Amino acid sequence: MSITYLEAIREAQAKALADDPRVFIYGQDVGSFGGAFKATKNLAQEFPGRVIDAPISEDAMIGSAVGAAIEGMRPIIEIQFADFSTVGLNQIINNAASLFWRTNVSCPITIRLPSGGTSGSGPFHSQNMEALYAHYPGLIVMTPGTVEDAYSMLLEAVAIDDPVIFCEHKYLYYHLKAEKLPSEAMPVGKARIARPGRDLTIVTYSAMLHEALAVAEELATEGTEIEVVDLRSVKPLDTDTVIASVARTGKLLCVGETFPFGGVTAEVIARVATEAFDLLDVAPQRLNAKDTPVPFHPNLWAAHRPTARSIMSAVRNLLQN
Amino acid sequence: MPQTLVSLEATAKVSSPCEQFTQAFRWMLFGRLLDEKFATLYRGGKIHGGVFLGRGQEAVSVSVGMSLRKGDVFAPLIRDLSGRLAFGEPILDAVRTYFGSSLGPMRGRDGNVHRGRPKEGLVPMISHLGAMIPVVNGMLMARRFQKREGVGATCIGEGGTSTGAFHEALNQAAVEKLPLILVVANNQYAYSTPSSRQFACDDLIDKAIGYGVDGHAVDGTDLTACLKVIGGAVENARNGAGPQLIIAKLLRLCGHGEHDDAHYIDPKLKKSTLGRDCLKVAEEQLVKQNWADSDLIDRWRDEFHQKIEEAVALVQREPGPDPFKENWQAISSTHLVEMHNGI
Repeated sequence: MSITYLEAIREAQAKALADDPRVFIYGQDVGSFGGAFKATKNLAQEFPGRVIDAPISEDAMIGSAVGAAIEGMRPIIEIQFADFSTVGLNQIINNAASLFWRTNVSCPITIRLPSGGTSGSGPFHSQNMEALYAHYPGLIVMTPGTVEDAYSMLLEAVAIDDPVIFCEHKYLYYHLKAEKLPSEAMPVGKARIARPGRDLTIVTYSAMLHEALAVAEELATEGTEIEVVDLRSVKPLDTDTVIASVARTGKLLCVGETFPFGGVTAEVIARVATEAFDLLDVAPQRLNAKDTPVPFHPNLWAAHRPTARSIMSAVRNLLQN
Repeated sequence: MPQTLVSLEATAKVSSPCEQFTQAFRWMLFGRLLDEKFATLYRGGKIHGGVFLGRGQEAVSVSVGMSLRKGDVFAPLIRDLSGRLAFGEPILDAVRTYFGSSLGPMRGRDGNVHRGRPKEGLVPMISHLGAMIPVVNGMLMARRFQKREGVGATCIGEGGTSTGAFHEALNQAAVEKLPLILVVANNQYAYSTPSSRQFACDDLIDKAIGYGVDGHAVDGTDLTACLKVIGGAVENARNGAGPQLIIAKLLRLCGHGEHDDAHYIDPKLKKSTLGRDCLKVAEEQLVKQNWADSDLIDRWRDEFHQKIEEAVALVQREPGPDPFKENWQAISSTHLVEMHNGI
């Protein structure tokens, strides 16, 4: 028996609904239809009245989640595609994210963002929003890259008393499988050494984790040991684990699937450069998508975002230094 | 800091028309005088940020506040001091938030009109218009889950009806059949923009049918009408009739904020019935009905002046927030706070 990343998300929601009467799910097509990706399949039937179809109104959906949270509920909002969360941006960054700071009343909401590129999805169904939301104070931003994390971190997201932006990667929905659901989990906020190594550190998260691991696997056949750090959450960002890895390898490549300006890779490199400059043997490097909207055609799409091939090239360049 | 909405008067049961009208007038007067004090303090450089007055909108605002009960939800906007007081907001919350006192509900982290006690149903507004409507919706949805009673009211201006948030939220409330009372004070200007540049329908009340909600038009300068129409709408919502949209017509009798001289307001509007001062209209009616005379009203004025002066004197001695004692923590999950805060 195996379980996919998507099924893990569905199972986590089923468990959250079963365990906590304060939890409800609200989003477009999440009810009897089971969601655009089937992440809420059968949940409306299993939990009558608690999995609710929303009108196409991201602002109202998220605003109402804030209100429900004030009254003691723990809403999970499914945004159909992460890209559409910008329609609710105001509610996320100004209402949800500021509530605790302003009023001392916490805002336990989980906003699920089906994120990232799949071939042919084009500019408006492919975006990664983690850098945008990580910019604003008051939000937790999770970017699970494994089936186990998709499950345990989503449960944790619901349990956390603050607004959580849960970036689940669409490319991993069906591709990624595990034998079973985890019974224990690493704490949120801790990065994971996905693969130990001594020659170079790749820091990454979400779908790019698997591209990086493929590169590490290939280079191992040449006797080069790459350490891969999976950030798991980009806010909080586990700088200590990153720096400890750089202390071992002296070389840092940071890989992110989304646009280059600002963002997670820039943040990681800024922190390492300001706090652990002496540990670096060579200048740290980063690899991101190109600075254009995400293209539609597979030929362009594959060249727009980092891939195992482009990561390999960046790694080799760094190793030659 | 008192932990509850304390005003005893606000929660007192009023029954007869005389009692109700008199009580409403007193809140209007209190709100007007407190607003005027804030304006004076602003001009004296004593207040950080802007001051926005409810002048001319007190009858509408107070009718919302008085129609709600303890346990209901109220998300006021910038011109709702009278409604806040009637709902039960302690005067000290208002004064402390204007002064940024660390003892106030917002502790200097937010100020002025951005105050409330969310756990007690008084929701502090953000500046983005329409954004509080879905928050009220969500509070009402939660109550439905929890099998708790109560209605939710929120106020906005005609300018706010042009936002996407307004549309999404009113539609959402209609779809969910929530007991939402959405009160639009059409005060003819959104900052300087006249309503002719804000919407093209003949009357905003026409929007109600499009959303599938009950619509009520009212003369916002007439306290009797406001109490009847807004109070009736609140009761309708309480009785399961779903969202209620109220359009109150009036004229803003001040600038957008105290920084604004409002020179753009059409003099013809000022002379029209829309330009009547609701407080004066109510006072005349009070006297005409023999429910109060000018001596009694003067005594009320003195009473409120004294309360205001006492509150201001107290709060002016209170400490402001101390940046060195501030924890600078935007989330409640202390274990997830970034150690790199502030780099």
